[in-house]
Amino acid sequence: MRLSSIAKVLEADWLSDGVGPLDLEIATCFAADLMSEVLAFCAPGALLVTGLANIQAVHTANLAELAGIIFINEKRPPQAVLDAAREQDVPLLTTALTMFDACGRLYEHGIQPARKG
Amino acid sequence: MTAGVDELLYTESFTIHGNDYDRGGEVSARVKSILKELGIDPLLIRRLSIANFEAEMNVIMYAQEATLVLEVRTDAVCITVADRGQGIPDIELAMQPGYSTATPEMRARGFGAGLGLPNIKKNSDRFSIESKPGAGTTLRYAVVLS
Repeated sequence: MRLSSIAKVLEADWLSDGVGPLDLEIATCFAADLMSEVLAFCAPGALLVTGLANIQAVHTANLAELAGIIFINEKRPPQAVLDAAREQDVPLLTTALTMFDACGRLYEHGIQPARKG
Repeated sequence: MTAGVDELLYTESFTIHGNDYDRGGEVSARVKSILKELGIDPLLIRRLSIANFEAEMNVIMYAQEATLVLEVRTDAVCITVADRGQGIPDIELAMQPGYSTATPEMRARGFGAGLGLPNIKKNSDRFSIESKPGAGTTLRYAVVLS
């Protein structure tokens, strides 16, 4: 599923227009607020669903080679975080959905868990 | 370069400041860019980047200051993180997944799940840790280049 289609499914707003390849196909997702768990258990290429809207989320996505981040519960990170995401080429989205709702919709649309193999 | 001879191809050292959460991850991101430019295998870069980020956040959470030294050698990429800090009284316990002394502030930053040190070990091919309580901790880890 393309990130642009995921944005529609999750009724999400783009926080990073023009960052990253928008036609990138995303097949997997990982959801967590603890970045330690993402770093330990998430396979590369996944979309990260998180309520952690800070600079560590962006570094996690960059360093663990994730496809992008969707912040839940209408969270919007500060400008410094948006700037870092642009610099590191990490697409960011935000949705008003809760973690459960966001994951449920992605699951319904065929997105699979990003298990580390 | 002569086969079989272990040569140092590139080295750089970085300072990480304790409690500087807003910059937590910058050093790891810089190291990643350097390794990418040097043409290191992306899968090895990812493993090392994860280890570096965990190590960097450990310094920010628990130490006053540290130096991270990157050494790209012909056979491996080696990292040494030497900090001035509280040290680890029981290394065996600290290596247990889930064991954590993190504060709520650290968890609010997305870290302190008790997975850091085991994850550094898991993502490296060589790993060692030395610590003196009240003085500091030195981590050495490396990924072997095929």
